[in-house]
Amino acid sequence: MEIGDVQDVPAVAVAKDLVRIYGEGDTAVHALRGVGVEIASGRLTAVMGPSGSGKSTLMHILAGLDKPTSGSVIIDGTEITTLGDDALTKLRRKHIGFIFQFFNLLPMLTARDNVLLPLTIAGEKPDDGFFDDLVARVGLADRLTHRPAELSGGQQQRVAIARALVSRPTVIFADEPTGNLDSKTSGEILELMRGSVDEYGQTTVMVTHDARAAAMADRVLFLADGQIVKETGRTSQHEILQIIDTLDLS
Amino acid sequence: MIRFALRGMLGRKLRTALTAIGVVLGVALVSGTFVLTDSISSAFDSIFSENYKNTDAAITGKSAFELSQDTPGVAPPFAESLLPTVQGLPEVEAAGGAVAGEAQLIGRDGKAIVFGGAPNLGFSVDPELPQFNSLTLVGGAWPAAGEVVIDTKTAAEKGFKAGDTIGVQARGPIQRMRISGLVEFGAVSSIGGATLAGFDIPTAQKLFDKEGKLDQILLSGKDGVSEQQLLDSVRTVLPAGTQVRSAADQAAEDARGTSGFLDFFRTFLLVFGGVALFVGSFVIANSLSITIAQRTREFATLRTLGASRRQLLGTVVLEALVTGLLASVVGLFLGLGIATALFNIFDAVGLTLPNNGLEFRPRTVVVALLVGVLVTLVASLRPAVRATRVPPIAAVREGAQLPPGRFHRYRPLGAALLAVAGVALTVTGLFVEGASTTVVLVLLLIGVLMIFIGIALFSSRLVRPLAAVANPVARWSVIALSVLVWPLFSLPYWLLRRGVWGPGAGARRVGGFVLGAVLNPLLLLVVLAMAVRRRLSSWQPEWPAEFPGVIPERPATSIGGENSRRDPHRTSSTAAALMIGLALVTLVATLGAGIIKPFEDAVDRIFSGDYAIVAQNNFSPLPPTVATAVGDVPGVEAVSSVRGGQGRAFDETILITAVDTQAPQVLRFDWESGSQQVLGELGANGAIVDDEYATAHNLQLGSPITLQTVSGTNLALTVRGIFKPPAGGSPFGNVTISTTAFDATSPQPQNLYTFLSMSGGVTDANTQALNDALQSFPNAKAQTRDQFKDAQSDSVRSLLNVLYVLLALSVVVSLFGIVNTLVLTVFERTRELGMLRAIGLTRRQVKRMIRHESVITALIGAVIGIVLGLALAMLLAARLEEITFAVPSSQLVVFAVVAVLVGIFAAIWPARRAARLNPLEALQYE
Repeated sequence: MEIGDVQDVPAVAVAKDLVRIYGEGDTAVHALRGVGVEIASGRLTAVMGPSGSGKSTLMHILAGLDKPTSGSVIIDGTEITTLGDDALTKLRRKHIGFIFQFFNLLPMLTARDNVLLPLTIAGEKPDDGFFDDLVARVGLADRLTHRPAELSGGQQQRVAIARALVSRPTVIFADEPTGNLDSKTSGEILELMRGSVDEYGQTTVMVTHDARAAAMADRVLFLADGQIVKETGRTSQHEILQIIDTLDLS
Repeated sequence: MIRFALRGMLGRKLRTALTAIGVVLGVALVSGTFVLTDSISSAFDSIFSENYKNTDAAITGKSAFELSQDTPGVAPPFAESLLPTVQGLPEVEAAGGAVAGEAQLIGRDGKAIVFGGAPNLGFSVDPELPQFNSLTLVGGAWPAAGEVVIDTKTAAEKGFKAGDTIGVQARGPIQRMRISGLVEFGAVSSIGGATLAGFDIPTAQKLFDKEGKLDQILLSGKDGVSEQQLLDSVRTVLPAGTQVRSAADQAAEDARGTSGFLDFFRTFLLVFGGVALFVGSFVIANSLSITIAQRTREFATLRTLGASRRQLLGTVVLEALVTGLLASVVGLFLGLGIATALFNIFDAVGLTLPNNGLEFRPRTVVVALLVGVLVTLVASLRPAVRATRVPPIAAVREGAQLPPGRFHRYRPLGAALLAVAGVALTVTGLFVEGASTTVVLVLLLIGVLMIFIGIALFSSRLVRPLAAVANPVARWSVIALSVLVWPLFSLPYWLLRRGVWGPGAGARRVGGFVLGAVLNPLLLLVVLAMAVRRRLSSWQPEWPAEFPGVIPERPATSIGGENSRRDPHRTSSTAAALMIGLALVTLVATLGAGIIKPFEDAVDRIFSGDYAIVAQNNFSPLPPTVATAVGDVPGVEAVSSVRGGQGRAFDETILITAVDTQAPQVLRFDWESGSQQVLGELGANGAIVDDEYATAHNLQLGSPITLQTVSGTNLALTVRGIFKPPAGGSPFGNVTISTTAFDATSPQPQNLYTFLSMSGGVTDANTQALNDALQSFPNAKAQTRDQFKDAQSDSVRSLLNVLYVLLALSVVVSLFGIVNTLVLTVFERTRELGMLRAIGLTRRQVKRMIRHESVITALIGAVIGIVLGLALAMLLAARLEEITFAVPSSQLVVFAVVAVLVGIFAAIWPARRAARLNPLEALQYE
């Protein structure tokens, strides 16, 4: 089953016939059983599904962190499943941003240095105007000299979001970005991510359990048992919960 | 709880092994030392008792006082007329006389035969009394008059056989002698590389300048005569200047010199084993601290399940105990390997040690195990106590940290106080007069230990500033070293791998492969092995690999630099291990430089001639005939020798020296009273003394001294001069007399030094003339003053090299300490490394990041260590006037480079582990 984008927007990431099998023989686990997906540019795509549905595996493969057993992934015109580690790493630098559930900031760096880390690693100079705008937007302007230990969870995730955005990647992957935050902070973080899609046109893929988060997305994919079982356009939290119920995805 | 502790260790095999490596190496050196010295000493014992296997008693000459073993001096021989007297005693079954001395065998190339530093033993053999003969004839016949028997090893290695003629030199010039046969000592072909030469008694007496005299009479008693009866009866006929001992006592007496040396050698090696263990204890303490911090949640969980603090303490201590025991057992057996290796190394450099097989005494086992376990246990105490402070609540917190201890705030202060107290003890030990040597050594030992521990604890405060300084140094030194190894390692490695499994055009690949193989053939083997592995298994070598560059990527090094600063305690404890090693190496280098300079000054000040005549090994004394031979060379204006021996005055045994009438022309003194002229006019009763001796015994010009010589004669001397020896040491004893007076009372006088001046000074012609004159004394050579100076300070330099090698062991231990910390750190930062890989850090950048952290850590250790070493050297130099304080700049640069290399090597393995981590780890949670 292959599901194209409902709207006429160019795709920045295209996956075809993804199969991922962990282990061999009797103990083999089929994490993905033939998934095809196109990620539309400038949109927020949510991937939902219960634990073990393969949603994390899908994200890892799309992001070039894991390799499919078979199938293809094209990011910005490059087939990434055949790339070596170095080429893949460099592709991630340029095209992929990450937002993690546990923020994963470097404890010895200030907020500013954490945000700039992807550029530092790539050996690139930051665009000062964009950087200032970015930190103002995520609300970190007065926190730039603090270290992660001096920041709240929400502030740490803001740093992580700014870090993902700073290199203006082709696509950002967010793995349960609100999974470790209280509900008020979650709302703020989701607003921020929505804002970055709307205002910077930042293509974002978000894996989540949270119906409220999915309700912010332009498009929601539902995975179960290694396959995409349903997808919708932008819809309400209520509707999403209903879909989950009908599909028995809880 | 015990089972829990053991399970935990099994689960962390790698970390346990890394932790233990410091103890393994330290214990190995301790046990290796014991095994080596025990083996040598038992081999010597068997040699000495072999000498007396059929002997009941031995008569020897007796010096007037007990001779100390480390300065020249021999017991005088006695008249051979004693032999028939003893043979006539009713209790005596048989008695045989013997003389011995140094006899040089001369090879076909005209050079003296020497194996390493082993002695050249010459003695008489009496075929009539085979029971007293410790030599076994293995070919040919016993020597007749003017013949010699030599040992089989010399014969085999230098191509001699019975019937050949060989040069022999003892007290006089070379004599050519026919080899009548080959011998072995007992049943062994060699005793520690010594050459053996046996002669009949009259020939030996002539060679050793002991005509009509004997060194020893060996006796056997009649059946039914007890040892005591035999000794008693012999004592009735003994003249003055002789003594009789039972065979066992005589063997022990003979062994005294060797066992004294072995004791020193053993202590010397044990000190370095101790240093390695001390460094190892830092490694253990640090590794355990890190492991315990990482296991916070595990301990907290145990607490929530009801484990008491005491039980947690027990768990950690038990783990340390088991680790220490295992490490000590491994070290113990590794010690056997070290002892074997040392025997082989000494053998390879020509210094064959007597070896009757390895001697593994119970004491070795007990000491090695005890020391290893205790060191581990002590090192584990602090981390163990920290483990007990984990609150149960940490079980449910993400990233919980160990709570700081109660005295945490006072730690820097306490550490500083400890270091200051250490300095105070050291200074007390050095500068307070009148303390016994033992007290001084103990004060110094404790003081220096306290300084090390204090600085190590305090140094976490220094990490941030030092890391900032070390950061660019690390970056640039790694660039410099990378440039050096690039053409020989990085480039060929890349080319070879591309050639075997890389993509690309065939011709370029093959060309590159050939170039790579030419640049480093060794790597060719490595890469071919990798290719085989690739064929045989599913293993895939990493490719494409980036073309090797030398410029460390700034992003990687800047994160690495930050990492080295994030946990100052961890960085400083890791660096402390290297600090200790480098402080000691720096101390040794500084003192070495500080000794050589004044020493060379001293040579320049005392020795005003042009040439010196010395033994081939630069230190053995030479017989006076050598000086006589060069004295006849045309152009020699003055030749003067310094004789050395022991004497007794003011109830103490002292080194005495003697100079001849030409001394004023080649030697110069710094006179407190007296003059150069006196030096040549000491006559029968003149003496000169050094200023300290004069002060100690209240001597002025004209003061009388009664000097007892080895032969028992009392010389009534008058002080004619008092001189100040130069700071770098002087070749003169406390009392110097005239050669005439010395020779009259000393058996077998030997020259310590011979100096001469020639018309025209140092010229090639003069050198040639001297060497020609020395043809018949192959053990002697002529050196210009500069050569003499270099040769003498070379001995200091080779001692320094031995010390460096031994201290290298502790540097190796600290290298493992860095490896350990890095591995544990990589393990701890798994998620962080995964994130960095995910957002774009390449594998090579990961490696460089870890390497940079490692090099910075090593440099921090190096800087603190070098500064500390210089400070300690400064203290010692202030105390000892033989040493001036001189900074050995070039060596310090070498040490810093070594530190960088230690950092690079330590990082190799942890960096590979880190680079292999899957970035997915970052996104997966427990």
